[in-house]
Amino acid sequence: LTVWLLLGAALAVVVVVVVALPFLREPAPYSDALDELDPAGRELLEAEEARDRALAALKELEADHRGGRISDEDYRAVVGALRRDAGEALRAIDRLQEGTPVGGAKSG
Amino acid sequence: MADLGRAALLVTLGLSLYALVGGGLAAALGRRRLADSARNALYASFLSTLVAAVVLVVGFVRDDFSLAYVAGHSSRDLPLQYKISAFWGGQEGSLLLWLLVLTAYATLAVWFAHRRARDLVAWVTPVLGGIAVGFTWLLVAVSSPFDTIAAPAEGNGLNPSLQNPYMVAHPVFLYLGYVGLAVPFAFAMGALLSGRTDERWIVATRRWTIVAWTALGIGQLLGAHWAYEEVGWGGYYAWDPVENAALMPWLAATAFLHSVMIQEKRGMLRVWNVTLVSLAFCLSLFGTFLTRSGIVSSIHSFTQSSIGPWFLGFIVLAVVFATAMIWLRLPQLRTTARLESLVSREAAFLYNNLLLVALCLTILWGTAWPIVSEAVRGETVVVGRPYYDFFLRIFGLPLLLLMGIGPLIAWRRASLRGLARVFAWPAGIALATGIALIAFGAGSSILGLIAYSFAAFVLATITLEFARGTSARRALTGESVPTAFGRLVGRNRRRYGGYVVHAAIVLLAIGVAGSSAYDSVVEGRLSPGESLAVAGYTLTFRELTERDGPNATEIRAVLDVRRGGDDLGTVQAGKNAYSVEQQVSNEVGIRSDPLTGEDLFVIAEQVRDDGTVYFRVFVKPLVNLIWLAGLVFVLGALITLWPDAREERRLATRYASAHERAEKHATT
Repeated sequence: LTVWLLLGAALAVVVVVVVALPFLREPAPYSDALDELDPAGRELLEAEEARDRALAALKELEADHRGGRISDEDYRAVVGALRRDAGEALRAIDRLQEGTPVGGAKSG
Repeated sequence: MADLGRAALLVTLGLSLYALVGGGLAAALGRRRLADSARNALYASFLSTLVAAVVLVVGFVRDDFSLAYVAGHSSRDLPLQYKISAFWGGQEGSLLLWLLVLTAYATLAVWFAHRRARDLVAWVTPVLGGIAVGFTWLLVAVSSPFDTIAAPAEGNGLNPSLQNPYMVAHPVFLYLGYVGLAVPFAFAMGALLSGRTDERWIVATRRWTIVAWTALGIGQLLGAHWAYEEVGWGGYYAWDPVENAALMPWLAATAFLHSVMIQEKRGMLRVWNVTLVSLAFCLSLFGTFLTRSGIVSSIHSFTQSSIGPWFLGFIVLAVVFATAMIWLRLPQLRTTARLESLVSREAAFLYNNLLLVALCLTILWGTAWPIVSEAVRGETVVVGRPYYDFFLRIFGLPLLLLMGIGPLIAWRRASLRGLARVFAWPAGIALATGIALIAFGAGSSILGLIAYSFAAFVLATITLEFARGTSARRALTGESVPTAFGRLVGRNRRRYGGYVVHAAIVLLAIGVAGSSAYDSVVEGRLSPGESLAVAGYTLTFRELTERDGPNATEIRAVLDVRRGGDDLGTVQAGKNAYSVEQQVSNEVGIRSDPLTGEDLFVIAEQVRDDGTVYFRVFVKPLVNLIWLAGLVFVLGALITLWPDAREERRLATRYASAHERAEKHATT
């Protein structure tokens, strides 16, 4: 056995400890389930993404219009749809936070 | 010492396998501790790979020729910086560098993302582990840098063309680019495997993609500068398959960086984006395969190179896996948003994407066709410069124009009247530039004229963008011009950083067009005292000198340079004769004019025993703009990459509530 092989073995021991750390820290956890979003949580996250998308687009449109990059005509053609998108996303978030699925609310 | 290197690589193999298998099981069964443990294995794999890399570096620095790889790529009198860069001077070291960069990227990307998206990262871990397994297997079983031999008294030395400062940095940046594309690929595949096709994979990989793309861009420019200085043929890009290998994933990643904005703004192009990310990563594997397998120089390298078939299998596996995942998740990737108008920003980005991908695929076809032809038909085919130049012009010029048009069109739809108003000034400036160029006698190249007019158009739109934005901000806040300008850029980093990158591409286009469409060349044999004239320069061959360098004999022809009546000093060109390597390299002489960006480029083709030298001399207008473009490109990338605290807070709020809900769900 060379010193270098022993060093290699020491490296192996260290990494085994690192890999085993989650089990050594919590030998008997209350729950071992992976943190995952439930379907409603995923729906809410996607609604929040849609809200952020619409609000960012509105902000950019306003800045472009103010800076003269977008004409009044183009601004008017687009701003209504963007506001509608933002409104829909906000309403969807409200419904989901109250616990009503988006699809259910629409059909009801 | 080789034992430690081998042991460290074996440990990395074990850890990567654990990340792949354990991580896959943890994600499929929803086991938190196993997922954390697999993630730790990924972190630890960086540590063990680093140990292996340090062992190899120490081997080079200590001239340990008992390591066959060190003996094959170094010598005792090799300067220290080249002993270190000899690490990646051959196949085994390059693979080890690949693995080191991969495990470093994997560690950082997973570390930063796992708090925001545990369920996603649980699936990303096995994907990254799988890629690491592939490379570690090659290093352990097929092509080890730690094979030992009876130590010879002296090594074989390093190929002289690699003994250049640019070769110290070029491969590192190239690999930072190639390997970095594994991160968005792994997150995209993680999103598809987990069925979580929300935006988290994009948010988690946005910066890593830009880092990889920037590194790949810098790596290519460094490589071009190396070719310009070291290869000595008077150019910087020859459409060589290995050069194309780096360009293709860069083009695919460029397309992705644009199309991902459409997903972020409109929720569209989800399928296209995962396809582009997969294409970019598979092309980076293909690039490494082309560079490392030796298949390019001869189809028979499959029998000569030990890694060719393995690598090809790896590429096929990646392509099949990515295609299957995209196919399986198609229903979740479909969106309801549609393209509303063909005259809109998303449409312009789409045209940009189509052109970029078309250019990428035509280069791929040109690069792969000689290989396919020799393998299938047994015929050797050469796809030459005219093929690539043709497609560069067909796709590149519209791309240049779109760089000016895209950012100024409204999202969703734009009226033609509005466009006419926004583009009136840039179009006028482009027209004036074209007329001025013709008036000054630069109309000899129609393509050069078009390229310069388009470049003027894009530069005008970028300048107007900055001016309008600053002016609007001043009107709103009453800030001074520098403050308004600084805050405009600081609060819209991606947008204005992107414009700076566009300016870099324009500089690159001007430099390429100038140095290729308007260059001059002259050649001839000179005895001392005789002269050559080219593009206003007169070069007089004064003398031949010879001196001993650190590991080579340096022979230089000294030429006096004059332009008009001005004495511009001397330029030296010649050869280096390397005694250990038994090779001779061309050492070109370059005199740059910082005011005009022009280079006088001298090659001493043949140095004869009778004291005469055969020279080839180029004058390359504007070529230095290409290297300046590199600096501007880095500046733009840094602006884009710089963290935006407000954006971070917004994302933190969004994902903190999602994380709380996930934790609550896990404990119930």
